[in-house]
Amino acid sequence: MRVGRAGLSVLALPLAVLLLSACTPVQPWVKPYEREHLADPIMSFNANPIQSSYIVHVFEVREGARGATGSVGGGCGCN
Amino acid sequence: MGWTRGIRARSLTATLFALAAVSRAAVLPDDRADLDWHEWQGGGVTVDGPGVLVRKKVDDSLSLSASYSVDMISSASVDVLSTASPYKEKHTEGTLSADYLHGNTIYTAGFIEGHESDYIAKTGFFSISESMFGDLTTINFGYSRGWDRVGENLHQDGVITTSWVGDADHRNWSAGLSQVLTRNVLLGVNFETAESDGYLANPYRSARYVGPDGLVHTEAQAYPDTRTGNAGSVQLKYYLPWHAALDGSYRLYHDTWGILAHTLGMGYTQPISSDWTLNANVRYYRQNAATFYADLFPYEDSQNFIARDRELAQFNDLTFGLGASWLFHPSWPHWIEKGTLNLTYDRMHIAYGDFHNYAVGGMPMGVPLYAYGADITQFFISFWY
Amino acid sequence: MDASNRDHRRALLRAGIVCLTLAATAPASLASTITPGAAAPAFQLPSSANTPLALSDLKGQVVLINFWASWCGPCRQEMPVLDQLYRKYKAAGFTLLGVNVEPKSADALGFLKSTPVTFPILFDSDSQVSKLYEVSGMPSTVILDRTGKVRYIHHGYKPGEESEYLDQIRSLMRE
Repeated sequence: MRVGRAGLSVLALPLAVLLLSACTPVQPWVKPYEREHLADPIMSFNANPIQSSYIVHVFEVREGARGATGSVGGGCGCN
Repeated sequence: MGWTRGIRARSLTATLFALAAVSRAAVLPDDRADLDWHEWQGGGVTVDGPGVLVRKKVDDSLSLSASYSVDMISSASVDVLSTASPYKEKHTEGTLSADYLHGNTIYTAGFIEGHESDYIAKTGFFSISESMFGDLTTINFGYSRGWDRVGENLHQDGVITTSWVGDADHRNWSAGLSQVLTRNVLLGVNFETAESDGYLANPYRSARYVGPDGLVHTEAQAYPDTRTGNAGSVQLKYYLPWHAALDGSYRLYHDTWGILAHTLGMGYTQPISSDWTLNANVRYYRQNAATFYADLFPYEDSQNFIARDRELAQFNDLTFGLGASWLFHPSWPHWIEKGTLNLTYDRMHIAYGDFHNYAVGGMPMGVPLYAYGADITQFFISFWY
Repeated sequence: MDASNRDHRRALLRAGIVCLTLAATAPASLASTITPGAAAPAFQLPSSANTPLALSDLKGQVVLINFWASWCGPCRQEMPVLDQLYRKYKAAGFTLLGVNVEPKSADALGFLKSTPVTFPILFDSDSQVSKLYEVSGMPSTVILDRTGKVRYIHHGYKPGEESEYLDQIRSLMRE
């Protein structure tokens, strides 16, 4: 599999975070019981997948650029 | 045919987006079903159709999802008007996927298949998402592999036969990070690399050149057989004290065809009662032309690579969107927890810097630069159970 | 291509060295006061019964303290399960406290109206008790024995976990 230079660069930042998480004793600065606002559906990055996937598709068909369109995460951080 | 470019163009993050595979890292996505009707009207093209998306947990650690959508295309678009007759086409797409939760990690795998009479696209994808730092950080990695078969519909004496002209392979890698910055602010960073090789052109379109007779002639396009594109984006979501949310995003894209594109977006979400939520958003996109693109080449066979596909032209587009959502609690059936009725409307205006609308009239001098507006509407109903 | 790969390897190597150094020099994991065998910190909170409730009032009983919020999916899922547990064992010297961690109680009260429970609900609107009990996940459950010592700690809730609560409560009641 030809990963390529670009493929490796893509991995750099999240991989760095992964390595750091393994060794730094960082205490969460937003406590689990303080996540009320973050858990609100209006703060979701992608509340309605059927809608966001359609509009992203509409743009990808007509534009030259593609990719890196959305984030995941946030939310209530439960469990 | 313009629509099929969409299957081939399917980015990995768009795929993961469609599945909401990782809405919260340590918890599987909610069980839900969505039914929609979507419509695009613009540029002489009408594309509309239904879609369905269903997701269900089969036990505590496994969530399955399936989706299917149909697009009916009737086109009298600018390329069709200037060189051929209006046509109708149907595009169907189905996806199956599974999400497996183990500790703080979610593993996702799935398959997508899309069909048009002259295009078949198959994609397999896999991604891992992990939450850490007390669930303040979520990182994810994804990979997808696509196999396309590109064809051309030939019309002869009222009979349409499909001639398969080539294959295209796609490999996408994505990496993303989302970070809780404060009780009110979320940050998302995403990268995606897409590598494609094979037949990457549009068999229906041709390029134009000025002949020795001073008139405009058409010639076949010649595309490179590889393309590598990189995209990086940043997104911020901010919770406003009066119970509303503001979001902003920026994406930079660059590829080996010379296209550099900027995308800027902003949105505002405001619940106005316990049942109603409104949303307004604006999006600006700008790209420069591919290195081998020209609206009109100086003479025949002037370059190694030749393209006149307007997706590779220099243009910008601006989209304004409005959305409304109504939350309800149906009393029947009792296993449905809640539902929403949603309507979104987007108005998009696109203006080309170096693509002329030859459908309007023949001579290069008097032909205006192409621009058009489009109405994008989507109505959908969602149930949680 | 070669130079770039070399750069990547060097970067990863540097990251690895930083990592090891940090791991070696990092302070020993921050001392926690909520560990099995430790005395459960005392507190008093306003309750749904209009009279404030103090933990010291419950000495002699096995106590399950559950930290929850109406915005937390797994918490909402767990509430009816906890109610069943409470109703089954409250006559046998067991009690359950649902500590709500929300600064404003309106949403919590709304949830309780649609999903009523019979165990006492306490309101920790300034998060003092959540901090005291080092709540590190939502929901969090701490089970205390009859002498007021912390015995079991649970983070998060997955359906079926209540069987673990059951076993632990039963063993504490037999002591």
